[in-house]
Amino acid sequence: MKTSSGSPTNKKQVKSEGHPSGDDRFKALDRTMKRFNFEKDSLLEVLHDTQEIFGFLSDDLLIYISTHLRVPLSQVYGVATFYHFFTFEPLGKHNCIICRGTACHVKGSDVITQALSEEFAVPIGKTTEDGLFSLTTARCIGSCGLAPVAVLNGAVHGKQTPQSMITLVKDVLEQETEVLEQGEAG
Amino acid sequence: MTLEKLERMAQRERQRQEKFERRIFCCISTACLSAGAGQTINALQEAVDACHCKENDVEVVQTGCMGLCSRGPLVRVEDKSAETLIYADVDVDLSQQIISKHVPMRKLTDESIPEEMQELRENLKKARRRKRLEKHILGMDSPFFAKQEKIVLRNVGHLDPEKIEDYLAHGGYSALRHVLQNMTAEEVCDEILRSGLRGRGGGGYPTGLKWKSMHQEESETKFVVVNGDEGDPGAYMDRTMMEDNPHQVLEGMIIAAYAVGASYGYFYIRGEYPIAVDRIRRAIRTAHRNGILGKNVLGTDFNFDAAVRIGAGAFVCGEETALIHSVEGKRGMPRMRPPYPSTSGLWGKPTIVNNVETMANVPPIINRGADWYANIGTEQSKGTKVFALAGQLTNTGLIEVPMGISLREIVYDIGDDVPGDAEFKAAQTGGPSGGCIPHEHLDTPVDYENLSKLGSIMGSGGLVIIDSTTSMPEFARFFMDFCVDESCGKCVPCRVGTIQIRILLDKIIAGSGEPEDLNKLEDLCHIVKDTSLCGLGQSAPNPVLSTLKFFLDEYIALIPAQEPA
Ligand SMILES: Cc1cc2nc3c(=O)[nH]c(=O)nc-3n(C[C@H](O)[C@H](O)[C@H](O)COP(=O)(O)O)c2cc1C
Ligand code: FES
Repeated sequence: MKTSSGSPTNKKQVKSEGHPSGDDRFKALDRTMKRFNFEKDSLLEVLHDTQEIFGFLSDDLLIYISTHLRVPLSQVYGVATFYHFFTFEPLGKHNCIICRGTACHVKGSDVITQALSEEFAVPIGKTTEDGLFSLTTARCIGSCGLAPVAVLNGAVHGKQTPQSMITLVKDVLEQETEVLEQGEAG
Repeated sequence: MTLEKLERMAQRERQRQEKFERRIFCCISTACLSAGAGQTINALQEAVDACHCKENDVEVVQTGCMGLCSRGPLVRVEDKSAETLIYADVDVDLSQQIISKHVPMRKLTDESIPEEMQELRENLKKARRRKRLEKHILGMDSPFFAKQEKIVLRNVGHLDPEKIEDYLAHGGYSALRHVLQNMTAEEVCDEILRSGLRGRGGGGYPTGLKWKSMHQEESETKFVVVNGDEGDPGAYMDRTMMEDNPHQVLEGMIIAAYAVGASYGYFYIRGEYPIAVDRIRRAIRTAHRNGILGKNVLGTDFNFDAAVRIGAGAFVCGEETALIHSVEGKRGMPRMRPPYPSTSGLWGKPTIVNNVETMANVPPIINRGADWYANIGTEQSKGTKVFALAGQLTNTGLIEVPMGISLREIVYDIGDDVPGDAEFKAAQTGGPSGGCIPHEHLDTPVDYENLSKLGSIMGSGGLVIIDSTTSMPEFARFFMDFCVDESCGKCVPCRVGTIQIRILLDKIIAGSGEPEDLNKLEDLCHIVKDTSLCGLGQSAPNPVLSTLKFFLDEYIALIPAQEPA
């Protein structure tokens, strides 16, 4: 960072040699930390990038970050758990986020969440046992004019009903089983 | 040197745009995209290509929000020799009809065109005969558009947010240039003060005063932070501004930095807004490349640079002291004020925090003058306010109205009433920190003072309409749930109080409340309000208090009748 800020920088920079597991993704993480000069106050940015690279924050990752940024592990854990954005469990292969912001709430988004949870036998905020499908919620996706809103695998769907969402999710999951069956047959 | 270059860029882009006989704008904001604007813009472009127009006949432009999100995808046709039209709900089929109506098809010898295009051309000819189009025209004189006044959103929906040339061609960065060339920092502070601009992040503190006090701080290092955390669920004004006209926010930020004497700034943007993050980052990069950011801004001796910080989903981080902790990479917990951030902010240095919309108001004020701005609005609330109009209304979307407009006009004229048989019940402003305004107060002028008199707040601009199907105690519990989740836990009244309020609400809603529970509820609300550390706790009881005030009968109806002893 080229700022003239009074932010504390680590004087002795840790030379990173990747992770003993040899996992290449750690190299990307190292690059992120390097970009921030291993500054302690880049912790939040580093956590963001880590989640983007690995999908979730495991204990191992938190320890790795703590060592390299020289921030006490308790602090890394404290920051990571403070923010709702970070998750400590891997998400399912397909992910459905239902908005429960005010606009979506008054248009019945909780009915949609409930219906999906029952239909696909997955508790809200969790992933199915086969790891295929997660059902999560969000605080406003910023498309309130189209309430109720859901995001399925990154695509925003507006003006949904429980039935339309169930159909959308079913379609995605059916394609998944088709792929699986073809794989077994072939 | 830089100035001339920018002027040339603006000139060139203006000339380029003026050459076109007609320009067709397609909104690609999140709302329209989820309604299929991606296919729409492709269909428009393909159809235009198939027409084989003469050079400079037509251009398809991707642009930002045109306001009426519930009717997206929206397409606007600007024709030099015809009236400007906006079409709603434009799917692929309608796109073809639009092109066949507005764009002349050039005759070609058949051999020269590939087969697919031949087919599309036939289709376009047929499309001309279909009659669906008329129904999709939105009248520009309809109350939805006519009652609005656009200052902040003026260029949103008119330019390509990813092109700095387009912003320049619309007069972009002229305010910054004027400030750097002709005004001292004090003069900028005074101008903003005189305009009467107040913070749009919710508090409504006079922006000029904030800047002035920061200007007077003696410190080598000062910071500017733009608050793009937009925590109110049900609102997306700041998101739209950052996504659809990022340079206007950036320009406001640089002017602020000049006025207060800061040399570095941060955009703090909600993690849930990846497109906004991307657009602001891109805007910073292009501004850098063109000498608008960095060393010697626009060739003067003023230096300023900016970076983006991404929030991670904590409502309390919208609060300025919590936000500062979060930028420093810590847990986003608020602290006692004073000292205010303008004395001790980021890393202990003087810092101003301003909302995205506040910053976006700055360039127009400089360009058109404080007097012009101070003429709009009411005695104590000047200018306009952007609202995200949502909930049970026919027209939902993003609107900008002059301060002092009545809620009635917003609900019945702009919003075109509640759809179906249901009836309007209340307007909720300010999200989890605000309150509900019932029918009998619909004539209240919308400004900071009047809304707080009613026990609500202006807030950042969420405006959710509820109809008779919503139960008010349950609605209050919805917000209390939110506050329980979002309380950071630092102070006891907020951490414990919000939970106790929710437990009481649960009990009442379950039908096992006792008459004195309502008094208890009210007392508890006042305790939390009066003793919490930060704005979150201090305003968390508002939704309960305002529904108790205006909809007490709904609470009483839930309390079982007492058997006479
Ligand atoms: C709980 C809480 C949440 C807030 N959220 C936001 C927000 O999302 N965006 C915002 O601009 N200001 C928010 N604020 C207000 C900020 O603390 C601060 O007053 C504002 O950013 C100052 O900018 P302004 O003067 O331009 O309004 C929030 C305040 C509180 C107490
Ligand atoms: S409330 Fe659901 S998108 Fe905003």
